[in-house]
Amino acid sequence: MNLKLWITLAVGSVSTAAIAQDSNELVIEGETLVTETAAPAHLEDFDTIYSGWRFRSSETQALETDDFDNPAFVFVDQGLDLWEEVDGSAGKACASCHEDVEDFAGLRTKLPRVQDGELVAMEDLVNGCRTERMGAEPWKWSGGKMTAMTALIGLQSRGMPVGVKIDGEAAPFWEKGKELYYTRVGQLDMACSNCHENNYGVMIRADHLSQGQINGFPTYRLKNAKLNSIHARFKGCMKNIRAEPFKEGGDEFKALELYLASRGQGLSVETPSVRN
Amino acid sequence: MKRAIGLAAIAAMTASAALAETVAPTNVTLADGVIEVSLTGQPGDPVEGRKVFANRKQGNCLACHINSDLSEEIFHGEVGPPIDGVADRWSAGELRAIVTNSKMVFEGTIMPAFYIDSGYERPLEDFAGKSILSAQQVEDVVAYLMTLKEE
Ligand code: HEC
Ligand code: HEC
Ligand code: HEC
Repeated sequence: MNLKLWITLAVGSVSTAAIAQDSNELVIEGETLVTETAAPAHLEDFDTIYSGWRFRSSETQALETDDFDNPAFVFVDQGLDLWEEVDGSAGKACASCHEDVEDFAGLRTKLPRVQDGELVAMEDLVNGCRTERMGAEPWKWSGGKMTAMTALIGLQSRGMPVGVKIDGEAAPFWEKGKELYYTRVGQLDMACSNCHENNYGVMIRADHLSQGQINGFPTYRLKNAKLNSIHARFKGCMKNIRAEPFKEGGDEFKALELYLASRGQGLSVETPSVRN
Repeated sequence: MKRAIGLAAIAAMTASAALAETVAPTNVTLADGVIEVSLTGQPGDPVEGRKVFANRKQGNCLACHINSDLSEEIFHGEVGPPIDGVADRWSAGELRAIVTNSKMVFEGTIMPAFYIDSGYERPLEDFAGKSILSAQQVEDVVAYLMTLKEE
């Protein structure tokens, strides 16, 4: 066996990883977004974090730069209709109580967050209003109505830096998410970190591996032509390694969501982003 | 009567001898990065092995390894080293060990262990208690890798 040769090859692939995202600048409707910034202090293994946008083909990238071309905006419009739509026993719409959806500017950057001792995601806030204040049925976590609404609300924070709280009450949730991130699962026995931390920038068959950031969610994927929630993406990655996914909206995925958000501190919110 | 029992006994012996030739995942002996003996007791088929290497539902080795011999396939991953000339670098016994359980050869590797049926957490139900490849497929892949020489 030729161990030396193998080591040389391995080192070779590490150095390509460091330069493999492109150097394009993301400008949406005249506004420049941060797709690259210094890694937050808690990340020891790399210096710079990048949005997933930087790893996509130029055709896919272009779709996100113009709201008329961005196929996600069809769903944002559906979100606007839902915003006005009366539903539930209280006879109210979101708009009955919330004056303007623009008032949610900044909210996306801070979620998930701890509230009354529990970690809550945007979907929890929306469903909380539906069930407790409107007397309406909760929406399915990753269903079309929910993703349309989270896209509309997230869009109000577009361009603002991700900045979730990870200390204090949030710390135990963050630790749990971190542990999940580094735990190998599935018949293929891999952790999120194996692909998104150790191998970002290289091709895995037809896919260009990114850092697995969540600053652009919900994301319009060309693959399924709809908006995809954060938890649906986690589920997809787990199934690909033949692992039994955790429940969408469950404690594990929410903790993982907090941890991943914290790996992207400082990147601009890109909601609704476009990926393949 | 006696003769019938005798025949049955012989038949049983033959059957267990044939079974014993395929080594179950838990009985594989991997020592010093080598598995000397074929997992099926037979040499593998390199033509089949080439298919297993490319097939996304089987080896899907191409997800991580560039392989010039499979240039008809469009997408080759680059997570692992290129596989070209791999038979110049490793013996059959070493390649069998790498494919069977890469983690026993490369500590902490991302490369899956293709012939283990336990020791991993939360498998999807359909895959629980199963190895990714069968003993036959491992041998076919090893036979195929042995054809990849450059020198
Ligand atoms: C009956 C009045 C009422 C209705 C109807 C209602 N909400 Fe709320 N909503 C509230 C109140 C009160 C709060 C908590 C106070 C606050 O933060 O504004 C709240 C909070 C929220 C928050 C968290 C805001 C934050 O900054 O923490 C979101 C997101 C939200 N609502 C979305 C919706 C959506 C989407 C709908 C429609 C599906 C809806 N709400 C319908 C009254 C309502
Ligand atoms: C076998 C490799 C692999 C593993 C392991 C893996 N992923 Fe992924 N993941 C991918 C690929 C390939 C993509 C699509 C290309 C890209 O953005 O990296 C992706 C995309 C993503 C995205 C979307 C990024 C964006 O810009 O929209 C997120 C988020 C993500 N993964 C999270 C995870 C999490 C969380 C885990 C662990 C539970 C995980 N992944 C495990 C391969 C993997
Ligand atoms: C998820 C990615 C991945 C997959 C899938 C994968 N490998 Fe690997 N492989 C690697 C990596 C990475 C290495 C380098 C060793 C390490 O991780 O330290 C490697 C090393 C090897 C080596 C040693 C290469 C050399 O030249 O030194 C062989 C042989 C090999 N793999 C064969 C295979 C075969 C055959 C398959 C399919 C049955 C396969 N690999 C599937 C990632 C992978």
